Amino acid sequence: MNDWKEVANLEEIPRLGSRVVEVEDGTIALFRTSDDRVFALRDACPHKQGPLSQGIVAGHTVTCPLHNWKIDLESGEALAPDEGCTNVFPVKVEAGVVYLQV
Amino acid sequence: MKERLVLVGNGMAGVRTLEELLKLSPDTYDITVFGAEPYPNYNRIMLSPVLAGEKTIDDIILNDREWYEEHGITLHTGDPVVEIDRVNRWVVSESGLEVPYDRLLLATGSDPFIIPVPGSDLPGVVGFRDIADVDAMLAAASQYRKAAVIGGGLLGLEAANGLMANGMEVTVVHLMDILMERQLDRTAAQMLKKSLEERGMKFLMEAQTAEVLGDAHVHGLKFADGSELEADLVVMAVGIRPSMELAQKAGIYCERGVVVNDTMQTYDPRIYAVGECVQHRGQTYGLVAPLFEQAKVAANHLARIGIARYEGSVTSTKLKVTGIDLFSAGDFNESEGDETLVLQDPARNVYKKLVVRDNRIKGAVMYGDTIDGTWYFQLLREGTDISDFRSTILFGQHDLGDAGHGDETRVAALSDDAEICGCNGVTKGQIVDAIQTQGLFTLDDVRAHTKASASCGSCTGLVEAILSSTVGEGYEAQPSKKPLCACTDHSHDEVIKAIQEHELKDMRTVMDFLEWKTPDGCATCRPALNYYLLANWPEEYHDDPQSRFINERAHGNIQKDGTYSVVPRMFGGLCTPSDLRAIAEVCEKYNVPEMKVTGGQRIDLFGVKKEDLPAMWKDLTDAGFVSGHAYGKAMRTVKTCAGKKWCRFGTQDSTGLGVKLEKLTWGSWMPHKFKLAVSGCPRNCAEATIKDFGVVCVDSGYELHVGGNGGIKVRVTDLLCKVDTEEEVLEYCGAFTQMYREEAHYLERTAPWVERVGLSYIKERIVDDEAERKALYERFKLGQKYAQIDPWKERAEGKDAYEFRPLKLSA
Repeated sequence: MNDWKEVANLEEIPRLGSRVVEVEDGTIALFRTSDDRVFALRDACPHKQGPLSQGIVAGHTVTCPLHNWKIDLESGEALAPDEGCTNVFPVKVEAGVVYLQV
Repeated sequence: MKERLVLVGNGMAGVRTLEELLKLSPDTYDITVFGAEPYPNYNRIMLSPVLAGEKTIDDIILNDREWYEEHGITLHTGDPVVEIDRVNRWVVSESGLEVPYDRLLLATGSDPFIIPVPGSDLPGVVGFRDIADVDAMLAAASQYRKAAVIGGGLLGLEAANGLMANGMEVTVVHLMDILMERQLDRTAAQMLKKSLEERGMKFLMEAQTAEVLGDAHVHGLKFADGSELEADLVVMAVGIRPSMELAQKAGIYCERGVVVNDTMQTYDPRIYAVGECVQHRGQTYGLVAPLFEQAKVAANHLARIGIARYEGSVTSTKLKVTGIDLFSAGDFNESEGDETLVLQDPARNVYKKLVVRDNRIKGAVMYGDTIDGTWYFQLLREGTDISDFRSTILFGQHDLGDAGHGDETRVAALSDDAEICGCNGVTKGQIVDAIQTQGLFTLDDVRAHTKASASCGSCTGLVEAILSSTVGEGYEAQPSKKPLCACTDHSHDEVIKAIQEHELKDMRTVMDFLEWKTPDGCATCRPALNYYLLANWPEEYHDDPQSRFINERAHGNIQKDGTYSVVPRMFGGLCTPSDLRAIAEVCEKYNVPEMKVTGGQRIDLFGVKKEDLPAMWKDLTDAGFVSGHAYGKAMRTVKTCAGKKWCRFGTQDSTGLGVKLEKLTWGSWMPHKFKLAVSGCPRNCAEATIKDFGVVCVDSGYELHVGGNGGIKVRVTDLLCKVDTEEEVLEYCGAFTQMYREEAHYLERTAPWVERVGLSYIKERIVDDEAERKALYERFKLGQKYAQIDPWKERAEGKDAYEFRPLKLSA
């Protein structure tokens, strides 16, 4: 089991926005929703690898900037009728600090 | 305990109402459904293709039994309700089930009208209404050769076509002297008859059936004039009657159908009714599109939202016979005071007729080339004044549909592998297949499932035409009032009006005031709201970066590999050696892999990493550049030609005027991208007549042109007016721009906007009304005070730094 790693203060991620973090095998996008939850997905849309971090966040979904696929932030799955899935990473917020497990 | 809802009638209208209800309020009711047929809900309008052997029953099931289970719905098929006890509030089924209800939904549909002549109950006489009828016809086709179809309407002709496809020799018997007299005029009906005859269909016109002949089985028809016709199968397709016996027996008020009010409620407030069984404002409907509108309304009230009203439908008709393009809508038989516009080309087998009164379309009939049917239908329903384009209206809406297809407008004749959507590579066959197997009825459905017309939208007309020719009369036209997105029921115009009239000045307030259905909106509405707020309240509203598409948030164009492109502004396309040197140095410093001269007379730098953007912008702004807004729904460029200073033909200083226009308008956010050009003489080297705002200089002054587009579908500008001085050019340009900024829908370019509101309306406000023009110009300049702050410079100085900097993991 990997360790939790500190990645940012919650305030560093804009509400309804995202930040990216580089890890060994690629980029992870961290999203902050309007209810102040944080989600982490591999920063690549299952469709054509578009950078999800650059999309618009609404509810618990993000819309890919390249071709408007909507991805569920909790499951990483594309919303119907599109089909596909991107990796989800465990993330938690404690005392205003965001931790990521990679 | 949950309330109990019982649906009587397991057909398209009833089940659609349940679907709409479950979307709005999934847990309000325990739902029980009774259906007379032994099948789950299927797509009744696809019975014709099933009969013709193009589809199977399985293909046309809309909701399989798992769907009912998933939603906790109790389904009783093959068991019609025979009694409603309104006092004790329960229903009784044929098999003896008694189910209590709190709310009852009647969707009993209709029955085929069987002509009451002797012998009409003989074996071998069928209607054309359900799967059992189709089975009976298919069985007959395998056994017998000769069929008679009574009724030369939509249903009769589809039945006849299907039987012919099964190898039968078919005669259509029709009481009137023209086919489909309720949908077609004489000319179109004759063209239709001729092409059906060429396929081998026979017709007996003006024939009144007096008797069905036969003993144990039908063997022919006898007519009022004494003549006879041999037939082993008789299909009665003379019409349908609302099925209302059950309601009548229960004492619910009925006339020609079960009478409902605008909320789809019957005489008994606990009982709602939808579909073919109802009569609303004196009308009954036998087509699917109105039923779906009713379903939405009924669901809204069953879910206790209680705000929707059904106000009746205008319907259009399509014939689902493969290879025949035919369309009609509205009132197409002219009466006194109407004017008729006709285009007829016998060689191409094309006929179009529009009936017009007071410059508004009342009805349309088309044969052979129907691609513009949906457009005419929209103009009809919206009551659009057509005077601005009346002289060319019969040639069709050139902005729709045929990009990449030349003049190919006969959708039915296209082969299955014809590519319809060039952006996403979707063929006609894939679209038809998705429509049929997924049970799609709307343009939005087709877009979601196939992506056809979901990118640039230029094939929208073709996709709509395929949709309507595939599902025939079931095609659900785009509602005339289109909600901004799924988060709201309000249209763009309503949202704009609310923001202006109620002085709504931030996004939360707009969403709350207009009762947005989602907490944060979505990727469609947030950018639109952000724009409307910016355009209307430039002094008060603060731009919301998270409601901007990434290009406008990062102030560069995102490319397919996730890098960005950078385009510095070059006013009027002019530049100096030191400008070029500065750009060259920046490119070398940041390893820009590719440079390109753009069509807008500036230089595009491709392949820049997002983290590098602020530093690169700093170098560019230090050299005197500002952002070119090449990434935004914003003023892009002012293209110019050489002009009087150098060109021997030049009449005015086109480059100088171009620079002034660009200094006036740069930085302005728009509903969509916005391009200008200034040509120094009528040779028009700057291509000003395909720009949003174009100036063509002439010896005596300046011609101002608006609403051009060189993109998806080329549209040449309309001439707004001619002015004498540069000052006037600037004033008219600012006023036109501001009017577009205030009134157009987000993501609507000037070309469709000008067509939608009409050039005369724009002229009235900008050319004829000096006070209005000056007021618009002042508002534009006020907005520019806040807009002309270079976003690159701000970010080079540290604004929104988080946007460009990745986070780091710490141990």
